[in-house]
Amino acid sequence: MTRSFDVLVVGAGPAGIAAAVCAADEGREVAIVDENPHPGGQIWRIGRENTEHGKVVGDAEVWMRRLDRTSVQSFLGWHIFDAPAPKVLRAAWGPEVAELHFKSLIIATGARERLLPFPGWTLPNVLGAGGLQALVKAGLPIRGKRVVVAGTGPLLIAVAVYLRQKGADVVALCEQASTSNLLKFGIGLLGQPTKLADAVRFGWQSRGIPLRTSCWPTAALGRDKLERVALNDNGRAVEIEADYLACGFHLVPNCQLVSLVGCVLDGSYVRVDEFQQTTVADVFSAGETTGVGGVEAALVEGQIAGLTAAGARQKAASLLKERNATRRFTRLLDRTYALNPDLRRLPASDTIVCRCEDVSMKAVQGNASWREAKLQSRVGMGACQGRICGAACEFLFGWGMESVRPPIQPVPVGSLIGTRAENF
Amino acid sequence: MPEFILVLVNEVPVRVERGSTVAVALFVAGVPARRSVNGSPRSPVCGMGVCMECRAEVDGVLHSRTCQIVCEPNMQVRTQ
Repeated sequence: MTRSFDVLVVGAGPAGIAAAVCAADEGREVAIVDENPHPGGQIWRIGRENTEHGKVVGDAEVWMRRLDRTSVQSFLGWHIFDAPAPKVLRAAWGPEVAELHFKSLIIATGARERLLPFPGWTLPNVLGAGGLQALVKAGLPIRGKRVVVAGTGPLLIAVAVYLRQKGADVVALCEQASTSNLLKFGIGLLGQPTKLADAVRFGWQSRGIPLRTSCWPTAALGRDKLERVALNDNGRAVEIEADYLACGFHLVPNCQLVSLVGCVLDGSYVRVDEFQQTTVADVFSAGETTGVGGVEAALVEGQIAGLTAAGARQKAASLLKERNATRRFTRLLDRTYALNPDLRRLPASDTIVCRCEDVSMKAVQGNASWREAKLQSRVGMGACQGRICGAACEFLFGWGMESVRPPIQPVPVGSLIGTRAENF
Repeated sequence: MPEFILVLVNEVPVRVERGSTVAVALFVAGVPARRSVNGSPRSPVCGMGVCMECRAEVDGVLHSRTCQIVCEPNMQVRTQ
């Protein structure tokens, strides 16, 4: 199947939806692709249970409704795996392959959790923080289970509050950031009323959940699955019994596709100008790929990208002031939740760093670069293609992820060589 | 009232709420999704199709990302 569009949007989270809606409202032919079966991305995750009280609410409802009213063509459940030529992406859905041609491309692939290795982190029932939340939203019974929520970032409180609402016993909420950083964060929010209101609401909802700051897990303990979590609480060793450990260290952008099409990165984020234009002509990026700033930043950047890609630069310019405000919040998040360098000492020499290939810390450390470590140890060469251990190694060793090669998602060999499903 | 369905995990019937993902069925069954290269048990981690730890055989398809697949009645799931 070959299809052509004026504007192709990859990622149907807030940024991608806003981009698609704005470009379509300007009269462009637009398609949006997402590997999830529903639009909304991770933050507006829908499916078995919608965002709140069984229905989509707030911004999510407004934007989903706007998307429904457009002629945007949705490719849900499809994942992009290749960029075989300029202005073409290849997508797969099972064995089915589509070639999607575009005049402009908007990449809004969002972020994933940063997971860091520590002894025992591969034990069953140790998950990401957003990971456990996603599974509970997908139907995992959590009532009465003892959960330690740990790591860093504003997501932790949201996850702890959500899990408690679902009946979990949140026995500890461990934030690696210090109390003084969190206080500075509060002060930084004073100029941003809606963010401040969110913070106050979460503060109120999380009352009663035991919050520990400057605290992180040092080991997950148990025979066949998690039984206890060892914590470093301000330098003091503590052990807590738990059924689940939900541990994530803020978010890292999903930059595989922007890298594949040749966009220049600044650190781990894609470089964009104020109109969300990347360093590659007619390729834009919006949302977490450009800086982890949350849903408001994603929405304003998505609108700017969609309008600019559709040729409505004047309309996009009217949003630049709002974009500057969300950028300030992004920087405030980066400062508040900067990782404590002591976390680099968490993995022991026999701790698995690469979960796909079972590569230990001692096999990875001592290499000069990510590329050398891959060649020497097979770190990052497994099924997740370094999405988990690559982000960990970036923090542990300061390595940049220099090369991305197709397929950027595992696909059947038939899809890779361009075989159409009808030939199977 | 939530509605429940049965799926088979390694031939054993497991009851999950309709709409649950296969990854949820694995947790409810209390079995790891897969054994790692060195043989250690692993269960789903990221919940969003990135980490690949939830891979299992679903209706005959090996290496399926179980966190991205919704359970159907009598689905056959086999851990790897």
